[in-house]
Amino acid sequence: MRAHPLLKLVAQRLALGLGTLLVVSVLIFIGTQLLPGDLAQAILGQSATPEAVANIRAELGLDRPAHIRYLDWLFGFLRGDFGMSLANKQPIAEMIAGRLTNTLFLAGVAAFVAVPVAVSLGILAARFRETWIDKTISIVTLAAISMPEFFIGYLLIYIFAVKLLVAPSLASIYPGMALPEKLGAVALPVATLSLVVIAHMMRMTRAAIVNVMASPYIEMAELKGLSRWRITVRHALPNALSPIINVVVLNLAYLVVGVVVVEVVFVYPGMGQLMVDHVAKRDVPVVQTCGMIFAATYILLNMTADILSILANPRLRHPK
Amino acid sequence: MKTFARMPLSAKAGLLIVLVFAFAAIFGPWLAPHGEAEIVGDVWEPFSTTFPLGTDSLGRDILSRMLWAARNTIGVALAATLLSFALGMTLGYVAAVVGGWVDLVLSRLIDTIMAIPTLIFALVVLAVLPPSLLTLILVIAVLDSTRVFRLSRAVAMDVAVMDYVEVARLRGERLPWIIFREVLPNTLPPLIAEFGLRFCFAFLFLSSLSFLGLGIQPPAADWGGMVRDNANAISFGLIVPLIPAAAIAILTIGVNLVVDWQLERSSTVRRRA
Repeated sequence: MRAHPLLKLVAQRLALGLGTLLVVSVLIFIGTQLLPGDLAQAILGQSATPEAVANIRAELGLDRPAHIRYLDWLFGFLRGDFGMSLANKQPIAEMIAGRLTNTLFLAGVAAFVAVPVAVSLGILAARFRETWIDKTISIVTLAAISMPEFFIGYLLIYIFAVKLLVAPSLASIYPGMALPEKLGAVALPVATLSLVVIAHMMRMTRAAIVNVMASPYIEMAELKGLSRWRITVRHALPNALSPIINVVVLNLAYLVVGVVVVEVVFVYPGMGQLMVDHVAKRDVPVVQTCGMIFAATYILLNMTADILSILANPRLRHPK
Repeated sequence: MKTFARMPLSAKAGLLIVLVFAFAAIFGPWLAPHGEAEIVGDVWEPFSTTFPLGTDSLGRDILSRMLWAARNTIGVALAATLLSFALGMTLGYVAAVVGGWVDLVLSRLIDTIMAIPTLIFALVVLAVLPPSLLTLILVIAVLDSTRVFRLSRAVAMDVAVMDYVEVARLRGERLPWIIFREVLPNTLPPLIAEFGLRFCFAFLFLSSLSFLGLGIQPPAADWGGMVRDNANAISFGLIVPLIPAAAIAILTIGVNLVVDWQLERSSTVRRRA
């Protein structure tokens, strides 16, 4: 029996995603070897003693050829052994564990808030296309996209934490905190992240529906005398679902990156903050690990977007 | 002049914003009442006639720093965008015109780079490269050129199969001639609108890096860096960090408004033709 073509498509995407992941790991590794000359010297600066440079060289294993170091790093990474930090000599796995959970918590809550709001607003804008509702939504979202995340973040801090005193300005959370308290603490960072992704998702949702609305069968539905709502939700939405799912997951992937700046604004103990701190300290092993985790999450989400939009396309589900 | 009169209000506003910022970037250092890193007052002094926008975390005049920063921030972003277009367009056209395995290798490589989030890749690279303006421009330009490559390859693909390109090939013209004399002039309009969008991206990206402390290094003034320097003022109810952040937001919106109009215009022209 021949394999279902859908299964084949999905398997292809999976293989492509994993292949990309492997090549990306090479790129990230090369990225940290870019420096012409000596990495150890660059980490320590010009005034370093020869002994210190030799120590760092040994610690980073710079005396071995690059491809051996890459394979070592890759297999260590797969086993969850990320090596030691240069800055504080701690195992990287320990430093990251709690931080990663915090970052996923922040991004998760933001997604939970943003996705339903964005999709409903998109449907609303498409239903009331070319009216003042649509135009207002469009201007506000364009403005939100144009603003840097830190501007939105500080603006929200100024309004809600400093003037109205309804939310904390720093999102400090600690292990063992109860969920309601935790949610209160991350209210502003979640709002900042949500605003940015809502704008993107809403615009794409609207575009996807408007695109479908131009097809002849929608005109048919209009001529039959169906209500605008029924046409938008029952006729247009199902066929716009595939691009919408795609854009939702792509924005979740964007969230993963957006958290870096937002974490710094709100001094949130997440992985983005950790990565930025260690870039400044030139702590290459930590930066490599964080970079790889961020990149892997991003790529896996993108792959999921591809696979879901294949699955949501009815034409691909029922092959001829 | 006629075009200007027919511009919608939003595009006029956008153009005005862009012109004001360009003026500040060009003449900022002469307009600034104080030096770039000159300490002239107390920490976080309120707005006054001496210091129209107050002073910053070290007692430097904020208005002066804003004006100095206009040149640094916009200049670096512009340089990075120009470089990314030079790089991305050249590679994109070569891929489209030469085709075959050159196209395949370039496209795969660039797809892979694009699979990594830009900020994350920049952070990885900046962990080892020396912090300098040149590094920043190169990193932003190379990462951004991937998007330019995609677009210029796509538009050049359509042109590369035209008869007149075939004629040029048969005439025995070399690759540079085909790219610059045949393909380039016919693919420019969509790329001009893209230039505005890519500039916004480079500008926001640079500001984010500076905000994270990894972009333009102090004491040079830079809007993203100024937000970072003065971030703590916000808990005292001062809007100091919002001033440079707002400048970033306003310029981005201005450029976007002009680009929107440009895109709208070119699509209606094409529809009429």
